[in-house]
Order: sequence, then C-alpha cells, then structure tokens
Amino acid sequence: MIAFWVLAAILIASAVWTIAAKKPVYSVVALLLNFATLAVLYVTLSAEFLAVIQIIVYSGAILVLFVFVIALLGSGVAPFPTGPNRLPKIWLPAGIFTLAAFGFLIYAVSTVKMAAAPATGAVGNADVFGSVADFGKALFTVQLLPFEATGLVLMVAVIGVITLGGEQMSDAEAQQSRMRADRAVREAILREGKG
Amino acid sequence: MPLWLEVLIKSVILLFVVVTSFAYAMLAERKILGWMQLRPGPNRVGPWGLLQPAADAAKLILKEDLMPETADPLLYKLAPFISLLTAFGVYAIIPFGASASGQTWAIGNVNAGILLILAIGSLGVYGICLGGWASGSKYPLLGSVRSTAQMISYELAMSLSFVGVLVLAGTTSLDGIVNAQARWWFVLPQFVGCIIYVITAVAETNRAPFDLVEAETELVAGFHTEYSGLRFGLFFIAEYVNMLTVSCIATLLFFGGWNAPLHLTFIPGVAWFVIKVVCFMFFYMWLRATLPRLRYDRLMAFGWKVLLPLATLNLVVTAVVVAYTG
Repeated sequence: MIAFWVLAAILIASAVWTIAAKKPVYSVVALLLNFATLAVLYVTLSAEFLAVIQIIVYSGAILVLFVFVIALLGSGVAPFPTGPNRLPKIWLPAGIFTLAAFGFLIYAVSTVKMAAAPATGAVGNADVFGSVADFGKALFTVQLLPFEATGLVLMVAVIGVITLGGEQMSDAEAQQSRMRADRAVREAILREGKG
Repeated sequence: MPLWLEVLIKSVILLFVVVTSFAYAMLAERKILGWMQLRPGPNRVGPWGLLQPAADAAKLILKEDLMPETADPLLYKLAPFISLLTAFGVYAIIPFGASASGQTWAIGNVNAGILLILAIGSLGVYGICLGGWASGSKYPLLGSVRSTAQMISYELAMSLSFVGVLVLAGTTSLDGIVNAQARWWFVLPQFVGCIIYVITAVAETNRAPFDLVEAETELVAGFHTEYSGLRFGLFFIAEYVNMLTVSCIATLLFFGGWNAPLHLTFIPGVAWFVIKVVCFMFFYMWLRATLPRLRYDRLMAFGWKVLLPLATLNLVVTAVVVAYTG
C-alpha cells in the first residue's frame, strides 16, 4: 500500500513535469520516468508481462524516437511561439469540467464491485495471472479478434506513412539515384585522400 | 534471513565481482590487442601490468571534471548514470549457476527473465543519446544520433533471435532455458539465431567493427567527446559491463549456461559458466583487433536487409518444426 502511494505520487509529479517542462528533452526524460514508474506499478499488481512490454515498447522504442527527433531539432528549440495567455478565460470551465470528471470517476469506482484479487503464486510459476503464458493464451484465444484488429489498424498507419513519405521512383530512377550516391561517396573519399 | 538482507548481500557480492571483471577485462583487452599487433601492451604498473586498472581508476578519479559552456547541466550529469544503471541492472536477474538441490544462483528469479533483460537493455540507449545531446557540441550529437538509429535497428533482429530460443525452450525464465539445454545446447538447433545474436550483440554494445558511435577517425570520440574524468569513466565502465552482459546472455541462451559439455561434471557449473563467458569476451576483443569499421549506410542496410529477414525466417522455420515435432 505504501508502495502504491509513493508510485502514484511519482507518476503524477512526472506527468506534470512532462507537460510543464520548458525544454522538450526534459519532457521526454519526465515521460521516461513516468513510464518506468508505471511499469513498477504493473509489477505490484502482479502483471509482470505487461510491465516488461510497457518498458520494451514505450520506453525502449517509441520514446527513443522522440529523443531522436528532438536531437535533430537542436537544443532549446521552442516548437511553438508562445501566444497570448488564454488561461484566464478558460480556467473556470476547465476547473468545473475536471472536478465533474473526478467526481464521476470516484462515483464509478465506489459503486463497481471489485473482483477478488486473483491468486498470485510463487514467482516463476507458469499459468499464474499476469504471467507470459497466461497473457499469451488470452491474446491468442479469447482476445484474438481485438488483437488482430489492432494489428490491422497499425498496418494501415504504416502503409499511410509510406504512401505519404515515400518518393515515387521507377526502378531505373532508383538505380540511377543509387549510382549517384555511390559516386558521391567515392569522390569524397578521393578528395580526402588528396587533401 | 530476511529477504532484503539476502538481496543486499547478493548485490554487494555481485557488484564486486562485476566491477573486478570489468577492470581485468579492460586490462586483458589491452594486452590481447597488444599481442595481436606485436607489441607488449601495458607492462609498467605491477608484474605484467596487473595493477594497471588501479592506476587507471586513480587517474580518472583525480582528473578535472569539465563541462562545456553550451551543455545542458542536468542531463549532462545524468546521462553517465543512466548508462551505468542499465548496465548493472541486468545482473539482478542473470543466473550464474545452480546448486545440487536445483536452487539457481541469482539475485532474483523472474518468470519473464529474458524479456526483462531485453527491457533493461533497451533503456541503455538513453545514456548515450541524452549524453550526446546534452554535450551541446556537434560531434557528440552526431555520435548519439547514429547510436540511436543503430541500436533501434539491431534490437529488432536481436529480439527475434531470442524468440527462436524461447520457442524451443517453451519458457521465458532464464534457468528454465538453461535446464532445457541439458542434452543439446541451443547453438546446434538455433545455429542461425546464434550467429545473428552474436552480430547484433556487437552492434548493441557499440564495439568494433560496429563502433560508429565513437568512430574516432570521423567523430573525435563520438558521444563522449566532451566528457572527462570520472563521468567518462562511468561510460567506459558501462561499455565493458555491457560487453560482459551480452557474453553472459549468449552463454545462457545458446551455450548451455552452467551445463557441462561432454559430461565433464567434475568441474562445477559456475566454473563452466565463467569459462564460456571468458571465451566470448576474448572473441569480442579478437573482432576488434581484426575487422575494420563498417561504413554507416552499409551498417544500416546490413541490419535491415540481411539480419532482420534472416532472423524472421529462422523464427518461422523454428516455429514450424516445433509445431510438427511437438
């Protein structure tokens, strides 16, 4: 229980830091902390596999690409010009909306009957709730359709990116551009050799 | 004994062992490179240069800790620690041997062990890319952007080469994988996977011939150009500890872990584990002395167009064979 409150505090603090940080890189570091804490929270809920996947997919792959983009943008770049401060006009409706949302959430949580916590066996046992085997079984039997549908949606995104970003080149053109690149490299090497 | 005390004692012992292995791996690398290039290597401090690591450590600690004016202070100081933390974190779950009663020698025995290793390993790139970015200088930035692209690309093929082993062993826990290799080491049925792992491991640890990240002929020293003193030392330790880690993983996944070859069981399992890891370390040093560095575009093409399809093919064939033979 203490672990939960500590983790929750870190989670919220890092989330606030993510959106409040002036430099984009600090936002990424805060988000990294957020994801790592979330993974630890999953472990305390005995969802071992989910925790590991959280780190591999979000921290290890997606967030690294964020850093990559920010590194290419250069240090201290403010991506948006700071416009007029519109906060005074919207804070009242925003505050009311937030309070209402929290109230609804608390009401919903208090009325829902909690399922009994699943038995967690010794670490290392297969077929325990949240273990890799359990997760895999659910993914490929009961949840197969949502799983495949998600895959399809992601595929659409990938195809969209290739259509939008890829250059339309015929085979001959591609061959030519490859040769041009090779020649440029060779010339650069020769130049360096002379100089 | 309470659990926290047990974990603490194990961690202290392991930390000592890993740091000592790092120190002597560094010395061994310099000696071996020396012999391969027909020179003696470090031989002034102590007999055969055996006290060289202590001298290096003293030098690094006493050196001035510099920071460029353009650097981002917080991240510049944080980056080496991220590298070191992820490098050492993996050892919390690597098993080194088993006692006669079947207890494994590890700090924590995790069900999803091999996935956790992948997860912690995938965080190691942050030390390099944040360090390079925070230096506020062009060569480190180039080095760190290269490393990010390289590590992400090779991580895919590496993960796929793991999955072949998982399919054969039928478990993700590391001691389960080692126990599954009691008769046959997985290097035999997973020969292709093993080769892919060994290649991608070199790229993941940024070692020659894939050390584009710190290519000294083009980028001065790559991502750690601006670092000096102990902070540079931390990056240095992280590199060698990572090398040790990938050697341990290769031993666990493909070379039977602490299982003795040819029933030579009079030598204890831990000794076999160490022998196999040392062979791997020697192999990586040998590679550095032998192979020239790859050109950057060829490195990326090799990762995406050769290793990744090959790893996928290997996984599909393994899955089909396992499904048919049961």
